[in-house]
Amino acid sequence: MSTAADVGPRPARRRWSARALPYLILAPALVAELAVHIVPMLVGVFMSTLRLNQFSIRDWVNAPFVGLDNYVSVATLDSSVAAGLLRSFGVTVLFSVLAVLGEFLLGLAAAVALHRPFRGRAVLRTLFLVPFALPMFSSVITWMFMLQRDTGLVNTVLVDWLGLTDERPFWLVGQNSFVSLVVVAVWRTWPFAFLTITAGLQSIPTELYEAANVDGAGPWRRLFSITLPMLRPVNTVLLLVLFLWSFNDFNTPYLLFGQAAPAEAGLISLHIYQSSFVTWNFGLGSAMSVLMLLFLLVVTVGYLAVVNRRRDNG
Amino acid sequence: MAESGWARWIRRAVITALAVFTLVPLYVMVSSSVKPLRDVQGPFTAVPSTITLQPFVDMWRTVPLARYFVNSAVIALGAMVCSMVIAILAAYAVSRFRFRGRGTFLTSALATQMFPGILFLLPLFLIFVNLDRGFGLELFGSRVGMVITYLTFALPFSIWLLAGYFDAIPRELDEAALVDGTGPLGALFRVLLPAALPGVAAVAVYSFMTAWTEVLFASVLTTSETRTLAVGLRAYATQSNVYWNQVMAASLVVSVPVLLGFLLLQRALVQGLTAGAVKS
Repeated sequence: MSTAADVGPRPARRRWSARALPYLILAPALVAELAVHIVPMLVGVFMSTLRLNQFSIRDWVNAPFVGLDNYVSVATLDSSVAAGLLRSFGVTVLFSVLAVLGEFLLGLAAAVALHRPFRGRAVLRTLFLVPFALPMFSSVITWMFMLQRDTGLVNTVLVDWLGLTDERPFWLVGQNSFVSLVVVAVWRTWPFAFLTITAGLQSIPTELYEAANVDGAGPWRRLFSITLPMLRPVNTVLLLVLFLWSFNDFNTPYLLFGQAAPAEAGLISLHIYQSSFVTWNFGLGSAMSVLMLLFLLVVTVGYLAVVNRRRDNG
Repeated sequence: MAESGWARWIRRAVITALAVFTLVPLYVMVSSSVKPLRDVQGPFTAVPSTITLQPFVDMWRTVPLARYFVNSAVIALGAMVCSMVIAILAAYAVSRFRFRGRGTFLTSALATQMFPGILFLLPLFLIFVNLDRGFGLELFGSRVGMVITYLTFALPFSIWLLAGYFDAIPRELDEAALVDGTGPLGALFRVLLPAALPGVAAVAVYSFMTAWTEVLFASVLTTSETRTLAVGLRAYATQSNVYWNQVMAASLVVSVPVLLGFLLLQRALVQGLTAGAVKS
């Protein structure tokens, strides 16, 4: 008892500082996250309940509270706001599905093709990384040059070299702009799928392939019976990440088309950006952003629930 | 494991196709940057008629590229340094202490990464403008404002990656330092950091890259004085008479620092980037 009393204060003090220490050194990160992410997000939800336009924005804290009016005007299907958002939503979903599919398939093909060691494999791996490592504005602007109607490489190859069409198509306006958008997004992001799948492949024990080989399984059989099932947990996360990136993509359409993107390629982030900064209707813009977040949350939670249930059953 | 003939050919075809797909835009960028102006004004030519380095000289005069460059460099370096210090401290807390809210912090930091940027942009814009008006804090259109914004973008990834590196270092090492009388921060900076150097370097490159290449926030929160390359380069490419050879030269020049950093630290970065998917 007496010894405990003798040394009592010191451990107590040390315990206090030891308990406070992790919070102290975490504080800067916490403050930064709060200031730039959490607080603005809450402010954004608050903004979505205000009538914020070019007249009220100067004194936005006192802008009239309109409750769910902004959401109502987004949900009123015959309004032009709702029509525009719905169209952009459809474009974004289609874009995300196609981009994720393309990125995943290219990544899988490359990872499987480079799985077996050969001379020059390291060089190819580094080469395939380059599109992902390149600053996006450089690569998308290069694509913008390639897709120019009169001076671009794409039309030179299609029309002048191969003679596939007589008329030089436009790639940055109209229907074709959607195709351009998907191709550019896939070019830029597929290396990430390649990297992730490569890392996943390295964790598959080689004995599995050796056993399959003894059983006389061909390459397709090995792909569908070993590689893909073993990659399942990796692919689950990968597909989700790719989908969220594509759905949130602002950079590709903005850099490729500028503020006035063609409607065929106006992804939802750019759509909200345009309608917010062109009309200064921030209340409506915030309401659309909140709906976009809710949609992503529902998709993410639903997707994970389905995937996990299947894993539990399987 | 023998590979049958046709499987080998399919593999070669896949690799060749992907290599061509990857290389064509890179070739266009590099070859066009050394073309004289007349070469890029007509239909595309595969080979430059003459090779000239003039675009690399002229590009600085056509738009205020040097100003964009300085802005990007200052903002990216500032964001990199701040974000590294904050991430190192936070990763130490997460890796070496068990405290309440630890899991919540890690998960929510990761979750913010997945939220649409536009959701933060509108409020952040209003907050910046109001801080300026109300308190005279010049965040809107200033480099400081951009540094504050960007330092958080790289934080979650940096914390996760560094915490992973710290976790792999045996606790006995820093506990020995603590017994020797060094404080916890001494143990962090003298023992843990040197041992986690590849991770620290990867985090540095990643946070620099994030700030150097960000477009959405830069397009709204900067003014013509503080415009960064990410936004300025696009202005270059949308002038009425575009000098594509200069645009390509500029794209090449601004890519080199980031590309070199990424490729040098490939291993650590790739490990960090793919860990999220592979571990869970």
